[in-house]
Amino acid sequence: MTLLTIENLDVDLGGQPILDNIHLTLGRGEIVTIVGPNGSGKTTLLKTIIGALSPAWGRIRRSPGLVMGYVPQRLHLDATLPMTVDRFMRLPGRHSRAGIDQALESAGAAGLGKLQMSSLSGGQFQRILLARALLGSPDLLILDEATQGLDQQGVIDFYHQLESVRHELGCGVLMVSHELHVVMRTSDRVVCLNRSICCEGTPEGVASSAAYQTLFGQGVPDALAVYHHDHSPRPTLQELAS
Amino acid sequence: MILDDFLVRAALAGIGVALAAAPLGCFVVWRRMAYFGDATAHAAVLGVALSLVLSTSILAGVLVTSLIMATLVSSLSGRGYAMDTLLGVMAHSALALGLVAVSFVSGVRIDLMAYLFGDILAVGKLDLAIIWAGAVIVLGLMRWRWSSLLTATLNSDLACASGIDPGREQWILTLSLAVVVAVALKVVGVLLIAALLIIPAATARPFSRTPESMALLAALFGAGSTTGGLQAAYWLDTPTGPTIVSLAAVLFMLSSLVGQARARRHAQ
Repeated sequence: MTLLTIENLDVDLGGQPILDNIHLTLGRGEIVTIVGPNGSGKTTLLKTIIGALSPAWGRIRRSPGLVMGYVPQRLHLDATLPMTVDRFMRLPGRHSRAGIDQALESAGAAGLGKLQMSSLSGGQFQRILLARALLGSPDLLILDEATQGLDQQGVIDFYHQLESVRHELGCGVLMVSHELHVVMRTSDRVVCLNRSICCEGTPEGVASSAAYQTLFGQGVPDALAVYHHDHSPRPTLQELAS
Repeated sequence: MILDDFLVRAALAGIGVALAAAPLGCFVVWRRMAYFGDATAHAAVLGVALSLVLSTSILAGVLVTSLIMATLVSSLSGRGYAMDTLLGVMAHSALALGLVAVSFVSGVRIDLMAYLFGDILAVGKLDLAIIWAGAVIVLGLMRWRWSSLLTATLNSDLACASGIDPGREQWILTLSLAVVVAVALKVVGVLLIAALLIIPAATARPFSRTPESMALLAALFGAGSTTGGLQAAYWLDTPTGPTIVSLAAVLFMLSSLVGQARARRHAQ
């Protein structure tokens, strides 16, 4: 079942073309990751999908009654705003105690409800953002570099959590990420973006494509090999992507 | 009748303004709009002058100029000037223009001081009705939009993803601000309205764990400052508006001392 269809999408910011002729579809249960260099329009694409920016051309069709859960790239909480985790979870909607506990549990943040948002560690904060996005059982989860500022273990844990959430809810996931090594392992499909979509497909296919190699250079697979050294002595790209 | 006592009317007027200013003042603090409140308030002098020239009601004049000012600032922001520069220019220009315009009004029959610093002891029954009508409108708006306003304050993208239009919420705050300025004019005057918005909210911060408790405490501190200030001004024979704001400032200092002491105990 298709959750989201994007056709011929152009987006301009301040007169500058940021996205050019984007086509994208996303179905239920699918994890699609957008990769691309800085300034390639990844965040702009997500913001257009959630309705924070309007397209200059083309259109975005959401399946009727689509519920979106959104995890922003960065959330700055002003120090003058007192906010407990529980209160944050109920913004803007009302949710039952059980629903909130369930979402916190799913995101690996059980028992944090009474804390002030300002007292959370970076990892806890990201989990709370994920938990809030899970409330109301979204059909589509949208994550913008949700693991920014986490250490390696934190990143791995976060994506494990995401996988189990996907199985639990059966939702589609659309995310932007810089963690190429993890992305390649957890995504069903990878979209390589640089103002327009330069290649798209299975992680294996994208990783071996010329366009991807040009964008990210030859150094990337090596970085992956070092990272996975403790799992297997000499991983192939296929293994990395599996 | 109890409303025949001018001190009772003054106290009720002060409480009405404090109640409306409390939740709005919290948003002004959270969204860092303190200067925005100032600019809207200063535009009120221009409103007073214009309504005297056009012989319309002062309330309407103030409401319209404050709204125009707030809309102008909202739409000009992000066009080359930093927000605080823009507001610094607009707030003081509006105040200066207003003072110049007032001097053109033939026969200096208006007491400028009453508009700059308020004249709470001269609040009549009609004024009281207008103040409470304004307070009820603002409190109603805040209650109706509370969740959406909070979400939009937290992060505009999060708001969009939840189907909330941050622009509309900003407009509701702007509108509420204009109403509060218009009704608070009589109580504390244009120069001190922003103080009544910000100081009680800032005083409430160290004692609050949720946005709601901060708004409630701000209402309490605001109402306490206005009634206490009124009483103190009566005893000390001092100007009422500034006495109210001074008392609010004293409460703020006490609150921040308590907040710091707590933080230190927490750190040990």
